[in-house]
Amino acid sequence: MGETIAKDRRPIEAGTGTGTGMQTDAILVVENLVIETNGRDPHRIIDDVSLTVGPGETVCLVGESGSGKSVTSLATMGLLPKGALSARSGRILVEGEDVLAASPSRLRQMRATRMSMIFQEPMTALNPVMTVEEQLQEVLTAHASMSAADRRTRIREILSLVHLPDVERMCRSYPHQLSGGQRQRVMIAMALVLEPKLLIADEPTTALDVTTQKQILKLIAEIQERLGTSVLFITHDMGVVADIADRVYVMRHGKLVESGPIQSILTKPERDYTRDLLSAVPALSPRAARPASSREIVLETSQLGMVYGQASLFKKREGTVAAKDVDLKLTRGRTLGIVGESGSGKSTVARCVMRLIDPTTGSIRLRNHEIANLSRRALRPWRKRIQMIFQDPNRSLNPRLTVGDSIIEGPVNYGASKQDARARARELLELVGLPADAIDRHPHQFSGGQRQRIAIARALAMEPDVLVADEAVSALDVSVQAQVLDLLDDIQTRLGVALLFITHDLRVAAQICDDVAVMQRGRVVEYGPTAEVLGNPREAYTRELIDAAPGRHWDFPNFRPMPAAVAPVDVTPGG
Amino acid sequence: MLAYIARRILASVPVLLVVALFVFLLLRLTPGDPAAIIAGDMATPDQLERIRDSLGLNEPLLTQFVTWSGQLLSGDFGSSLISRTPVLTLIGQRLEPTLSLAIVTMIITLVLSIPMGVIAAWRHGSLTDNAVMAISVLGFSIPVFVTGYIFIQIFAIDLRLLPVQGFRSVFDGVGPFLARIVLPAFTLATIYIALIARMTRAAMLEVLDEDYIRTARAKGLTERIVLFRHALRNAAVPILTVVGTGFALMISGVVVTESVFNIPGLGRLTVDAILARDYPVIQALILLTSGIYVVINLLIDISYAFMDPRIRY
Repeated sequence: MGETIAKDRRPIEAGTGTGTGMQTDAILVVENLVIETNGRDPHRIIDDVSLTVGPGETVCLVGESGSGKSVTSLATMGLLPKGALSARSGRILVEGEDVLAASPSRLRQMRATRMSMIFQEPMTALNPVMTVEEQLQEVLTAHASMSAADRRTRIREILSLVHLPDVERMCRSYPHQLSGGQRQRVMIAMALVLEPKLLIADEPTTALDVTTQKQILKLIAEIQERLGTSVLFITHDMGVVADIADRVYVMRHGKLVESGPIQSILTKPERDYTRDLLSAVPALSPRAARPASSREIVLETSQLGMVYGQASLFKKREGTVAAKDVDLKLTRGRTLGIVGESGSGKSTVARCVMRLIDPTTGSIRLRNHEIANLSRRALRPWRKRIQMIFQDPNRSLNPRLTVGDSIIEGPVNYGASKQDARARARELLELVGLPADAIDRHPHQFSGGQRQRIAIARALAMEPDVLVADEAVSALDVSVQAQVLDLLDDIQTRLGVALLFITHDLRVAAQICDDVAVMQRGRVVEYGPTAEVLGNPREAYTRELIDAAPGRHWDFPNFRPMPAAVAPVDVTPGG
Repeated sequence: MLAYIARRILASVPVLLVVALFVFLLLRLTPGDPAAIIAGDMATPDQLERIRDSLGLNEPLLTQFVTWSGQLLSGDFGSSLISRTPVLTLIGQRLEPTLSLAIVTMIITLVLSIPMGVIAAWRHGSLTDNAVMAISVLGFSIPVFVTGYIFIQIFAIDLRLLPVQGFRSVFDGVGPFLARIVLPAFTLATIYIALIARMTRAAMLEVLDEDYIRTARAKGLTERIVLFRHALRNAAVPILTVVGTGFALMISGVVVTESVFNIPGLGRLTVDAILARDYPVIQALILLTSGIYVVINLLIDISYAFMDPRIRY
């Protein structure tokens, strides 16, 4: 076996089932917790939730957005947003002491010494104007009476424990000078510097690349082993759950749906919701090849290159090569995926193809017409041929425009009459599975998944030949993600539009792409039919990516481990 | 950093040149003959010609500008048309009262407004917050001369705690200086307290929603540290901008306060010069004010880099 994050199952799993609430030595016990919004019309956010975390145990709290999993974890830290939410009843015992009953100053003492928390976004969770050392140091000064020299030693100890290179330089660094993975390591160091018994991790790897995610999960497991920390791990990712959990609690709409040891949740889920959640996890095995419906190449790049910050007349410097020698071909009605980690250049390619930025070298041919060097004015008729769907539907739609106005803006700009455009908008809304009366409503009245449907309708209104989807399903819950992927597939069959699909998620790429290009440091390292690239990768980097995909040993929709024959080739990464 | 400061200083040279050009043209392009304006209605043609000659008005415009700029650089700003005193001496006399007033006002403002804004944001939506906002609306809406006279009535006339008006240099004793400066400074500070408390509150509200504030609380830090060490430093950039421009505005805009409290400062000098059409004085005052603006902007930009390590030029 190669490196896997999964550690040895601890004895606690055996036969304990959900009955661990009886344990007296549990590190965290949540009993019948009820949390409501404040105000005249209280809304119940957490409804009668009970859970326990034993010593040294890793417990995963799983659920989709709005399930209440983050609120539960914030309540445990005593960090519920003041004035907005309050606990109405129940108890939260950390090592036997009730957090809900603790005074504000007692609560402050408990934080970082008994329970600590790490968060999703390492980019924003650290204070940008303080050095790493200052931020670690204040934990020590707030809770422990140590001499300055002891503090210095302790800070360096904990930073090397989380495997940060060049500790002295790290101490002096500001967060913006570190990579995402390094920042999350600093967060972990900060949380564990006083060796609390309980670590709450709220989606700590969601914002990281898969290979970084793997390293961080490994680090948490390793530290847990060394310090005996108990971990309450909040996540939406069943792959991660399968890799790290001892026990699992599934939440939905503020209620506990199901709980149990990891094996029984994965193999014998009792509730429909848990089954749905597992079935919605896209399989890592590539989709069956589709017959080509057309030979017409709608989009082709050759030798495409983009260098940021090139040397100018006044400044001598080496530019940053964001993309180099990118050759891609997209046929009508097909889907081409570009996969890669952050900084691989996949979004740069998408932006070049859209001509949102001007490539420094190479050609882009849209329906056999060179557009790489067209002026803004000459580009105008070509803009409608290629349209984009963005990652975050909460921000990509103008909140002040009605859905209809957003959709018709493009066509009207290209000379369609308002009536025609609105009639077409109604058709499109129906096509993407929204009621026709959605046309007069505003984006905030829709859920994230619905908003992404609106964004798709908006892109389709221009009748493009090519749709560029930049991480278009990454911000969505798995169940919604599956629906949107189905929708894109359906639209493609009906309208014959070609899709350029940018994603970091190999599972999603495996499900939707006919061809895949794997990018690393601005170059395409492997390119071919999805079945070949993901099923039988030739390049070490592709294998490394597949290897890092969480839960790759598990066939979620069929509730069983991956059959050995189908499982991706197991390799030990070189580094 | 040093290279950045040097570049910024160089970049302000063209700004000052444009201002100088504007000031120069102000006199030359005013309708009518500058010499006639200077000489007044009763001048004889002979006198006019002599003035024209002494001002170099018979030379080409460019030559005039070069000569004039050269004089400025050597510190020769000309003399007042009214009192015949060199302009620099005039301004020098008036600079101290104005600067004293501005500095004391700024200190009062900062000491009061920043904690007010921080606490209002911290207790967002509470009675304290509403009280701070109410004070801020009041501060904005009551004209300075009204506040000034109310203060004089209460503290100088009714309570007889402080002198009614006047100015004493700080070098002639701190006590008399403070006794005379405190009322005008508070009067002037009301507007700035309103402005900066509001600005601080808004900037803090934004920052308090950030993830690293949650992290700071999760570390078990006290609210005081969370607010002042973590939040305020991140909110500092917009606040500093307002403080800096506020200070610059104060120096050129203290006329009303100076009149109410009878302080012989730059504000009154400006008004007198404009009313008397004392062009050399007006020119020098414009140059001085824009110079102060340029310097303060420079200081603000440099302080950004100290406040936020992400800002590097």
